[in-house]
Amino acid sequence: MAIPSLLIASLIVFSLPRLIPGDVVQLMLEEKAYGKDLEDLRAKLGLNRPIYIQYVEWLGHVVRGDLGESLWTRRPVLEELARRLPISLELGVLALLFAIVISVPIGVLAAIRQDSPADYAMRSMAILGLSVPGFWIATLCVLLPAIWWGWSPPIQFTAFSADPWAHFAQFLLPAFILGIASAAAIMRLTRGTLLEVLRQDYVRTAWAKGLRERVVVLKHSLKNALIPVVTVLGIQVAQILGGTVIFESIFGLPGMGRFLFDAINQRDYPVIQGVNLLIVSVVVLMNLIVDAFYAFLDPRIRY
Amino acid sequence: MPPEATEVAPWRDRVGTPGARAAARPSRLVALWQFCRRKPLGALGGFIVLVLLIMAIFAPWIAPYKYDETIPGARMKAPGAQFWMGTDNLGRDVYSRVVYGASVSVTVGFGAVLLANLLATLIGITSGYFGGAYDICVQRVVDAWQSFPFLVVILSMMAVLGPGLLNLILALGVLGAAAASRVIRGTTISVMQNTYVEAARALGAGHLRIMVRYLLPNVAATIIILATIGLGGAILAESALSFLGFGVPPPYPSWGAMLSGSGRSFMYRAPWMAIWPGAAISLAVFGFNMLGDALRDVLDPRLRGGGGRPVS
Repeated sequence: MAIPSLLIASLIVFSLPRLIPGDVVQLMLEEKAYGKDLEDLRAKLGLNRPIYIQYVEWLGHVVRGDLGESLWTRRPVLEELARRLPISLELGVLALLFAIVISVPIGVLAAIRQDSPADYAMRSMAILGLSVPGFWIATLCVLLPAIWWGWSPPIQFTAFSADPWAHFAQFLLPAFILGIASAAAIMRLTRGTLLEVLRQDYVRTAWAKGLRERVVVLKHSLKNALIPVVTVLGIQVAQILGGTVIFESIFGLPGMGRFLFDAINQRDYPVIQGVNLLIVSVVVLMNLIVDAFYAFLDPRIRY
Repeated sequence: MPPEATEVAPWRDRVGTPGARAAARPSRLVALWQFCRRKPLGALGGFIVLVLLIMAIFAPWIAPYKYDETIPGARMKAPGAQFWMGTDNLGRDVYSRVVYGASVSVTVGFGAVLLANLLATLIGITSGYFGGAYDICVQRVVDAWQSFPFLVVILSMMAVLGPGLLNLILALGVLGAAAASRVIRGTTISVMQNTYVEAARALGAGHLRIMVRYLLPNVAATIIILATIGLGGAILAESALSFLGFGVPPPYPSWGAMLSGSGRSFMYRAPWMAIWPGAAISLAVFGFNMLGDALRDVLDPRLRGGGGRPVS
C-alpha cells in the first residue's frame, strides 16, 4: 500500500516544481554568469533533455540515496537536508508532544463532564484554537513582549553543541504555538470518541462491578477511544510539518521548511524535489507506524 | 410533522398553491428560532458569518476610506475617533482595509469551497457507487494527494500558478477536494445499503439516475456540513498563503497580507497594524466553525467527532 502511494507521490514531487513559470536558467543568467548563454547553461545543468528521461534518472539516483545538488549553491541536497532535518524534527516533535499532552487530558475531562460549563468552555476554547491563525499568534508573541518589556526571541540560531539549554529554549515558543491547532483537533476527537465508548455495554458492566471512575475511564474506555485519535495523529504530523514553513521563517530557525520556501522562490528544482520527497516519506512512514500502533491498542487487529 | 405544523395548517386550506408556499415560510422561521434556542453558539457563529457577508458585499459603502487611499498626514496614527483601528505605515485606514479584506476572504472562501465540493461530490459519489477497480485507483491517488502536507502542496501549486485571486481559488479548491471526497464516498456507501436504492435499480433506473436522484439528495446534508467547515479552513489557508506572499497581490487588502511584507518592521511602533487583521481572520473562521459544528449536530449526528471524519 505504501509503495504505490510513494511512487505516485514521487511523480507529483518531480513534475510540480517544473511547472513553475519562470525559468531557473534565465534567473541564474541574470544574477551570475554561470555559462556562456542559456543553452550552454541548460546543458551544464542537464535541463535540456526530455522530462521523462530526467524523471527516470532522478528516481534512479534517489533510490541510491542521491538527491542531486542545489542548482544555485552546487551543494548536495542530501547533505543540506541532513543538517536541516534535525531542526525541523525537533520543532515538529516538540509541537506534537505539546499538542498531545494538552489535548488528551482536556478531551477526557470534557467527555466525563459532558454538557457542564467546563465542557462548554473547553469546547469553545478548542474551536477558537482551530480558528486563530498560528502565524498571527506567533507575530503577536514576537511583537508584544518587545513593545512592553523590550524582550524578543533570539534571532541568531544557537547550535546544540554551543549551548544546550539556549538551543532547547528557542524551540519552546514556536513549538507551543505550532501545536495549538493540532491540540484543538485532537481534543475534539478525543472527547467525541470517548463519549461514544462511554455509552457502550461493557463500560456499564465495569461501572456495575463497582470500579472507580479512574479505572473505568482511563483503563477500560480511553484505550478504545484512542484508536481513531491515533489515526488522526498521522494527519496532524503532516499539518505540523507544513506549518514549519511559516514558523521557521518567523522565528529564524534554519530548518527544512525555510529551505523549501527559499527554494520555491529560487526555482531550485532538486531542492524542492528533495525536501518534498523527504516530507512525503516521513508522512508515509508515520502512517505505517500508526497502523502498527493499532495492533497494540486493539489486539483484535492483526497483520 | 412537528407540532408547529398544526398552527399553520388552517392557512393551507385557504388557497391552493400560493398558500402552500406561504405556509412553508413561517415553519422555516420557527425552525430557525428553534435552532437558535438549541444551539446558541451555532447561532452566534451564524450571526458572525452574516456580518462578514454584509461587510464583504457592501464594503465600499461601509468603509470610510478606500482600501488604497493614502490619507495625508496620518501615518501610523493610533486608533481613535477618526481612525477606529488606526492607520498603517503608508497612511491608510486599517479599519477600511479590514472591511475590504472581508470580500477577499469571502470570495476565496466560497469560490474554493464550491469548487472543492463539486469535485469531491463527483469523485466521492462515483467512487462509492461504482466501487471495484475504479474505486481502488481513485482512492490511491487521493491517498498520495493527502499524504502531502497541506501548506507544502499549496505553496508549490501557488508557485506554479502565480499569485492571484482566481489561482488561489483553483489551488485551494483542488486541494480541499481530496479530504472531502473521502467523507462523501463513505456516506455514499452507507446510503447505498438502503433498500430504496435496490428498488430503484430493480425498476430499471440507470447509473446516472440512481446517483443524481437517489444518492445525491441523501448525501446533501454531509456536503453542506463539509462546506461550512471547509469555509473556515479555506479562509485560514488564504490568510496563511497571503502572509507568505503567495496570495492576493498588494495593494488589494487580504487580511493575511496585511500581517506580512514591508509593514512588518513598522509594527513595533504601530502594533494595531498587527492586531486587527489577525482578529478579523480569527473571528471569521470562528464563526464558520461554530456554525458548521451546530449544523453537523442538527443535520447529521453520525459525523460527530473531530475534523469532519465519520466516527466508527
